[in-house]
Order: sequence, then structure tokens, then C-alpha cells
Amino acid sequence: MAKMNMLHAINSALDITMAEHPQACIFGEDVGYFGGVFRATSGLQEKYGKHRVFNTPLTEQGILGFANGLAAFGAPALAEIQFADYIFPAFDQIVNESAKFRYRSGNEFDVGNLTIRTPYGGGIAGGLYHSQSPEAYFAHTPGLKIVVPRNPYQAKGLLRAAIKDDNPVIFFEPKRLYRASVGEVPEEDYSIELGKAEVIREGTDITLLAWGAQMEIIEQAAQKAEEAGISCEIIDLRSILPWDMDTVAKSVVKTGRLVVSHEAPITNGFGAEIAATIQKECFLHLESPIERVCGLDTPYPLALEKEYVPDALKVFAAIKRSMEF
Amino acid sequence: MTNPNNISLNISHALEFIDGHALNIPTLKILSDQGDVLDGATAPDIDKETALRIYSTMRFIRLLDERMQGAQRQGRISFYMQCLGEEAAVTASAAALKEDDMIMAQYREQAAIHYRGFSLEQFMNQLFSNEKDLGKGRQMPVHYGSKELHYLTISSPLGTQIPQATGYAYGQKLKHIDKETGELTSEIDNVTICYFGEGAASEGDFHAGLNMAAVHGSPVIFYARNNGYAISTPADEQFKGDGIAARGVGYGIKTIRVDGADALAVYAATQAARKIAVENGEPVMIESIAYRLGAHSTSDDPSGYRTKDEEAEFKNSCPVNRFKQWLLKQNWLDEAQDDAEKEKIREDILAALKVAEKVQKPTLEDLVSDVYDTPIPSLQKQYDELKAHIKAYPDAYPVTAGRIK
Ligand SMILES: Cc1ncc(C[n+]2csc(CCOP(=O)(O)OP(=O)(O)O)c2C)c(N)n1
Repeated sequence: MAKMNMLHAINSALDITMAEHPQACIFGEDVGYFGGVFRATSGLQEKYGKHRVFNTPLTEQGILGFANGLAAFGAPALAEIQFADYIFPAFDQIVNESAKFRYRSGNEFDVGNLTIRTPYGGGIAGGLYHSQSPEAYFAHTPGLKIVVPRNPYQAKGLLRAAIKDDNPVIFFEPKRLYRASVGEVPEEDYSIELGKAEVIREGTDITLLAWGAQMEIIEQAAQKAEEAGISCEIIDLRSILPWDMDTVAKSVVKTGRLVVSHEAPITNGFGAEIAATIQKECFLHLESPIERVCGLDTPYPLALEKEYVPDALKVFAAIKRSMEF
Repeated sequence: MTNPNNISLNISHALEFIDGHALNIPTLKILSDQGDVLDGATAPDIDKETALRIYSTMRFIRLLDERMQGAQRQGRISFYMQCLGEEAAVTASAAALKEDDMIMAQYREQAAIHYRGFSLEQFMNQLFSNEKDLGKGRQMPVHYGSKELHYLTISSPLGTQIPQATGYAYGQKLKHIDKETGELTSEIDNVTICYFGEGAASEGDFHAGLNMAAVHGSPVIFYARNNGYAISTPADEQFKGDGIAARGVGYGIKTIRVDGADALAVYAATQAARKIAVENGEPVMIESIAYRLGAHSTSDDPSGYRTKDEEAEFKNSCPVNRFKQWLLKQNWLDEAQDDAEKEKIREDILAALKVAEKVQKPTLEDLVSDVYDTPIPSLQKQYDELKAHIKAYPDAYPVTAGRIK
């Protein structure tokens, strides 16, 4: 075990992959010598050479088109999009191409070797274009997997699993936690199964569900609730697609209440899918309507970020509403 | 001979490939580094007033950049981006346009909006995202914009303004087209200038924008600021062949390359480009070669990817000083007065900074307005719920709580 922040943990997962497969390539804007604007790929070009770790021209569409081709060839393609906000120029390559390679070819071809890493989310005073959480756009597209880690240990294990998974995976990294979240991480290889949520704390009165950077927020809310005598069960969804309905439903059957929280705007956010499904699965067990605490239906602002984001207080207020229903 | 493929074929019997560098496009340079008009070069027609306005804009932006870079380091603003090294490119090109020509910039072109009259107070209000910011505190610092000044508000996603400029310019041309014949009936009265970096020229939007402008004849000036780097990525990892200019040629667009640290060369080239655009109703491309003297932004540390020697080599090629030397030689500028004015500007900047810093943040209503022309019902409901929440916990939201009705 070693103390690592999330960037080190991601770097370690990439390092293991590069050592394991002689054709694995890491590429994206500024990822070469510089190690990426957040330094997640630091030192890897020195170690594996310019042919395998390289800067691309500034074209997200090009990066994902290239990655699809490289992955179809059979090499692990580890593409970085510098900010999740800039994944949209590559949208067509991801939702029409990566996601449908296998299906449209009757499994003649696939891009299972593709992993897309990209920093997402707010909390860094980044305004509209450096704070978005675009997971729901991709969750509407069959053929992709979507994963969001909450801390360094999860980041390394989930990223390794994403890379080894035989499907294209988008790995959203909570950039606010890159350096802020530090923890014990094994130096050797390990994986955390995709598609499985984790119950990180058991409770009896209400279930709180989130992913990525929002986990910290619901844990703070749970703390407040605890002080008010409310026992919260906390679940990290970890994989958005596919998502672990069973673990969530089991918890809601037990507690009878659910609060889902994410940073993205509420309308058509992934919380909507969860609320609809859990309402069907757990209808007779629900003690109150499922609450969603999410971003507003506006672009992510700069000046009034505090007002905009789903903070611990808003989650706590939702817990109380739910308990008092 | 022409054929249906729209290419005039020049038949050859030699199996020959053309090299990517074959064009070797020349670079227009008028002023020496010491501010003398070079032998064989002709200074453009430029009156004293315009020349001094270009100079005072460059000087102001230097001082503003210096101070605000410092303010970011002190944690007073969240982010900053300097124009350092490209002041002449941006200012002199903007100066060669009509005041109501449209400007669509990438982000580093604060000199262009200042040339048009964006005031020190307006700069500060945007940088501090306070309630007087024209953009209502929604975007990061340096994302300026002003309808009055014909300067489209900056958007962070790179390259998106390039095809937009093509469309906007097409609208500008449409006013002058005869409905029957489809011919231009008069000179076009306005053009659009579109600035972007050599990095952004790799985006798909660039290729789409140039191609459509060429095919449909949009009077747009594509101004590529080739400053050597896109964050840490040097130009040789960005493109091959004869620069961005060669691509203009490839798309069938009249193209020129200029020394971007030479205000007179930039001014002359942009004036000529504008003339082509208005007379022929077609796009023009300018590639300006300069060096990004500073860091990419305040989030960047260039010492990690370029050498001290390289930086030192370019330190001397200061575009502001080069133009200043020329002005001194024209007897249009007085050195002592210039120094006094600089001191005064420094004081003004500091004073304006202190004022803007204390202006309140935008109101809660500014958070939800302008998503649509009027808030849709779901958002109106969210807004009401948020107000109620803040009223219940006013201490947690000190910026807005006291101002909620
Ligand atoms: C679509 C998109 N991808 C990535 C970024 C992140 N980014 C911001 S500036 C920049 C480099 C731009 O370089 P260049 O176009 O050469 O302009 P310069 O900064 O040199 O003036 C990058 C990669 C972005 N803003 N938009």
C-alpha cells in the first residue's frame, strides 16, 4: 500500500496497462511530455516512448476516430479528453461509432479495447465550460459503459477494470478530487468489478445514492442527518451504465426512502432513470416520493456556484422532507 | 481545361508527388526589430491618430495583463490569460477594420475589444464576475463580449467560432446580393474577422468553416494566430506541411502570412484582406507568426515544456517595443510622456480593480435568466424552491441570501 492521490492512482493503472500490453497507447491533448494539464500521464512518455504516449493535434473528433480505429485493430486505446466539456466534438465518434461497432457488424468488429478518460464536474471555479457532468448524454446510448470513481483506491481498481473490459468505457474522473482525495492504494494490480454499486455505509431510515465527487457531499449530509437522529444508508453507484439496480432496490426496500444526488441538471439527468426504475421496483415499499437533489436546469455558472450545486445542506433538506412526508 | 470535378487539370506524364512544404509561403515583414522600415518594404498608409491608438491599446493591454496576472496569483481572480507577444497581431488587425465589422475571437484577443472601446471598468467587472459584468458573472475571466462593440462573447470550446464566422459573414454579404442575378450589387459594407490559434486549426470546425466560406463566398477574414504552442503542444506536434496558411490555399482561399510581431505588416495585410473580402465577397486567410511569450494561462507552467534559452531568444522580439521605436522615429511619440502615461494607467488599473472587487456578485435571478428567453416552468419551479431553501438557511448562502425578496 502507498498513499496516493487520485492522479497517482490513475497514473499507476495506466502504467500497469502500458507494461502489460506492448501496443497499448495513451494519447490526447498535452498528455505527452507534459503529462496532461492535470498531470495524470506524467512520466509515462519517458517510460514508454513517443510512439505509445503522445500529444495529438487539438481535435477531439480526431482523437476518438483514431482511438476507434486503433481499438478495432486490437491495441488498447487509452484516449484522454482534456475536459469532459470538450467531449462533444467527439460525440458522433462515440455514440454512433464506438457504441455501435459490435452491433452493426454482427460482432465482426469491436472497439472493446477503447477506454476514454476525462475529468468532469465542478468545484474548481471553472464556469460553464470546465464544470459539466455529461454522463447522462452517454447513458442514453446502448453499447457504452460509464464509470465514475469517488477516491484513489476506486479510481485505480475501476480504471483497470474499464481497460480490461471488452466494451468501450467512458471513465469520468472527478477533477475536484484529483489532488484533494488521498488514500491508501495498493501499488500492485487489482480491479473492481464494473456494474456493481457499493454500500459504503449501512443505515435504516433512508438511502442516499450518488457517484463520483457527489459522494463526499452526501456523506456530509448523512453526518448532519445522523446528528438529527436519522440513520442513512449510503451507496456509491460507481457504474452509471450498466447500473446496479439490485443493490439500490434492496436498500430502498429496507429503508423505504431514497435521495439521489448528482451535479448535472435535474431534467433528464441520470437520477431520473434511477427514480423511475426504483419507483417501479419498490413501489409498495416506498414511504415517501424519491427525492432528487441535482444541478438546476441552467448551464453551470461561475459566480453563483454555491447556489447552483447540490450541496450537503440541500441534500439534508431533502432527507428531512423525505422523513417528514 | 476544367472538368466537372471543379479542378483545372494540368496533365503531366511524370510520376511526381508534391511535398507538404512545397508552397513555402513567404512572410510579410515591414519593420525591423529596431523599428525601421526594411529595405524593399513599404509602410502602409496609416495616419498618426490610428498609429497612436494602436500603440496605446497595446500598451494598455500589456499593463492590464501584467497586473491581472498578478491579481490571479494573489487569489483575487480565479483565472487569467495574457496576450503577451501577440499584442501587435491582435491590435493592428482590429485597427484595419471598420468599427462595426464583426469580431469573433478565441480568447486571447483582449486587445481587439479594447481597441473598440471596451473600458477598464468593463474589463474589471468581467474579471471579477460581479453584477455589472455584461455576461452576468457566468463565465470564467477573460470571456469578454459586447454587442455594442460588435465583439461576439467568447466561448471556451475551441474552434466553434470558425464556422459561425462563415455564417455571420454570409449574412453580411447577403444584403448586397441582387435577388435576380445572384451577383454582388455593391461593395459589401461589413466583414467578419475570426481569430483562432494554430491549435484550434486542428479542430473539425476549422475545416468545416473554411470549406463553407470558400464554397459560398463568405466575406470573412480567418486570422490564424500561430504562436508556436497550444498549451504545451509545440506546433510541430500540431501540424505538418507549410503551416496553417497552406490550408487556406488548399481550400481555395486567398492567403497571406505575416510577421505577427510587426504591427505595420499586420495592419497592411489586414487592410488588403478586407479589401478583397468586400470587393469579391470571398474569404481571406492571414496566418500571423508570433511567439506566445507568456504561459498559456495562469493554470499553466511553461518551464515544464520549453527551455529557458528558447524563451530568452524571443524575449527581445517584443512587438510593442518594435512599434514604439517606429513611432519615436516618426516623431509621433514622446518617450517621457509615454512613461508618465504608463504610470497613470497602472494607477487607474489598480484603482479600478479595487472598485470592481467590492461590487456585489450577480443576483440569484441572474442564475436562472437567459437560459431561455423566459424561464421555462420547470426552471421557474426550481428557482422558487431554491429561494425558499436559501431563506431557510441564509447563513450558508451569504452572497445571495440578503438580497432575496
Ligand atoms: C474543444 C476544446 N478542446 C480543448 C480545450 C482546452 N484548451 C483550451 S486552450 C487550448 C490550447 C489552444 O491553443 P491554440 O489554439 O494554439 O491557441 P493559443 O492558446 O496558442 O493562443 C486547449 C487545448 C478547449 N478549450 N476546447
